[in-house]
Amino acid sequence: MQKNAYFSGLTVPALLLLPQLAITLVFFYWPASQAVWQSFLLQDAFGISTDFVWFENYVTLFSKPGYYKAFVNTAIFSTFVCILSLSIALLFAVMADRQLRGAEVFTTLLIWPYAVAPAIAGVLWLFMFDPSLGMLARGLQSLGIAWNPRLDGNHAMALVILAATWKQISYNFLFFLAGLQSIPKSVIEAAVIDGARPMRRFWTIVFPLLSPTTFFLLVVNIVYVFFDTFGIIDTVTGGGPSGATETLVYKVYSDGKGGSDLGGSAAQSVILLIMVIAMTAVQFKFIERKVSY
Amino acid sequence: MAQVTLTHVKKVYAGGVEAVKGVSFDIPDGGFCVLVGPSGCGKSTLLRMVAGLETISAGEVSIGERVVNAIGPADRDIAMVFQNYALYPHMSVYDNMAYGLRNRGTPKDEIDRRVKEAARILAIEGLLERRPKQLSGGQRQRVAMGRAIVRKPQVFLFDEPLSNLDAKLRVQMRVEIKKLQRALGVTAIYVTHDQVEAMTLSDKLVVMNGGQVEQIGLPADVYKKPASKFVATFIGSPPMNILPGTIDGPGIVALGDAILEARDLRQDLPAQTAVEVGLRPEDVEIASEGEAGSLPFDVEFIEELGATQLFHGQLAGLPFVMQAATDVVAAQAGRIWITIDPDRVHVFDSKTGARLGRV
Repeated sequence: MQKNAYFSGLTVPALLLLPQLAITLVFFYWPASQAVWQSFLLQDAFGISTDFVWFENYVTLFSKPGYYKAFVNTAIFSTFVCILSLSIALLFAVMADRQLRGAEVFTTLLIWPYAVAPAIAGVLWLFMFDPSLGMLARGLQSLGIAWNPRLDGNHAMALVILAATWKQISYNFLFFLAGLQSIPKSVIEAAVIDGARPMRRFWTIVFPLLSPTTFFLLVVNIVYVFFDTFGIIDTVTGGGPSGATETLVYKVYSDGKGGSDLGGSAAQSVILLIMVIAMTAVQFKFIERKVSY
Repeated sequence: MAQVTLTHVKKVYAGGVEAVKGVSFDIPDGGFCVLVGPSGCGKSTLLRMVAGLETISAGEVSIGERVVNAIGPADRDIAMVFQNYALYPHMSVYDNMAYGLRNRGTPKDEIDRRVKEAARILAIEGLLERRPKQLSGGQRQRVAMGRAIVRKPQVFLFDEPLSNLDAKLRVQMRVEIKKLQRALGVTAIYVTHDQVEAMTLSDKLVVMNGGQVEQIGLPADVYKKPASKFVATFIGSPPMNILPGTIDGPGIVALGDAILEARDLRQDLPAQTAVEVGLRPEDVEIASEGEAGSLPFDVEFIEELGATQLFHGQLAGLPFVMQAATDVVAAQAGRIWITIDPDRVHVFDSKTGARLGRV
């Protein structure tokens, strides 16, 4: 076989690249560049005139306490969702990996939530925890907790965290299970003979061998909580009460669509874009080094 | 160091499949026992039961004076070398060997001393900082051995440890394993499907088939007096020729027209009883035509092996292989005459396959 295969002309490679490039161009570069352009513009309230204002939108943004609050909300929300969804999924995967009766049924059932649309998942949790209708809310109230996510910001945050976590567990579970199943059985048996008790075995053998999976999932989950949780927040709390569950991505929407501040909204999405690029770069640079494959 | 005793050990899986059907034998302290048999014969299952990785359905396994049926693998004082080495890929060679000692709370300087000693014995001192994936197959094999010896266990268990190595390295490691076991004096149980490994390593050979023990004995005895047709064909390379025959008289069997003396044959069998006659290719000797007791052998083709040659052909109309020295000249597709030492004629029951030997 020829070691290096080159195309002689430019036409064929260009044609092969075209579909992917077209999609990226239309659905990423074009909207992203529009957002950057938009973030330098300021419109009047009626949309009649548009001025180029350089960084004024950004300056305004950072002078408002609401924006910092969205940062804090996002930090709390993403930390909890990532930690919870990763650790619960890992726990489930470890359970499903054991040769238990019905493990296959268990596995299949655990995958289902992933097929539920975010908005549907949101509505589901909204009903379950509705202070007057929800079964689980009643349970909480009977325990003496004055549960009301419509009024209490912490309750609302807890609810969106729960819903977003629930939605992501299936995905993480699948990858963790596949990761666990790829660990050779004899390595675990060698550890058993080497006298490692189950907990020690998990932390010294299984967990390190899962680290490539964990790292991959961490990146995917951060992207998920930053962007894909919009539907859940919108249906469950709509960012409320009084902005208690307003994350960065939700604020982009509420300021732009609700507040008609297109420039400010665009500036926020540019900041969000830079943040995610930076975080992913940092993750790959620093965390990946410690990952053993 | 300890003696290992198996008493009526059985393994029945959940579906009712009997993988091991009541096996009993013992291995003396410091002995090297090889379990050999085709795949699926239950040899690995038996080893895993001794290790504690499989539950024992019935019977008893004891190590030393202790019945270990209810004792976990970690507390049986055993060490195991796996077929794929089962090294911890994320740990250095040093950590791989130290892991078992650390789990047992061995003091740090003691761990260091023992790991370095094991590394010296196995000549892997220069590799201690490496990861398993940076090692060759042979080096990985040594690390797996090192992990077993640092623990100073009472019993070594080997589960086909050489089958992933190439032929040359396999021979070399085989010798090293035997030397090491002798030097350390640790009782060993070794599972393999390779009859050469089985013959060379063991001082107690256990031949298994279909979950049962076919024969237990010294390797030379098993080779010289196989207890069944299965053992006869499994041990020895090239395999023993098995030819259908009949009893022609006390100590005499007939192969078609040819008559053969068999000294070890039972005397009480009636004439015309159908039997199977086993002749090892290496026990056949060239004779001159018309010599007493000689048989005609029609050579069809010859395989040159370097040190010896194999003649393939027909003996009394049945397929037959013989081994001859390289200086024997035979025409391809020609008739030669052969004789067989009457002490080396094996006769088996044609139904059960059991050896019909003198009692």
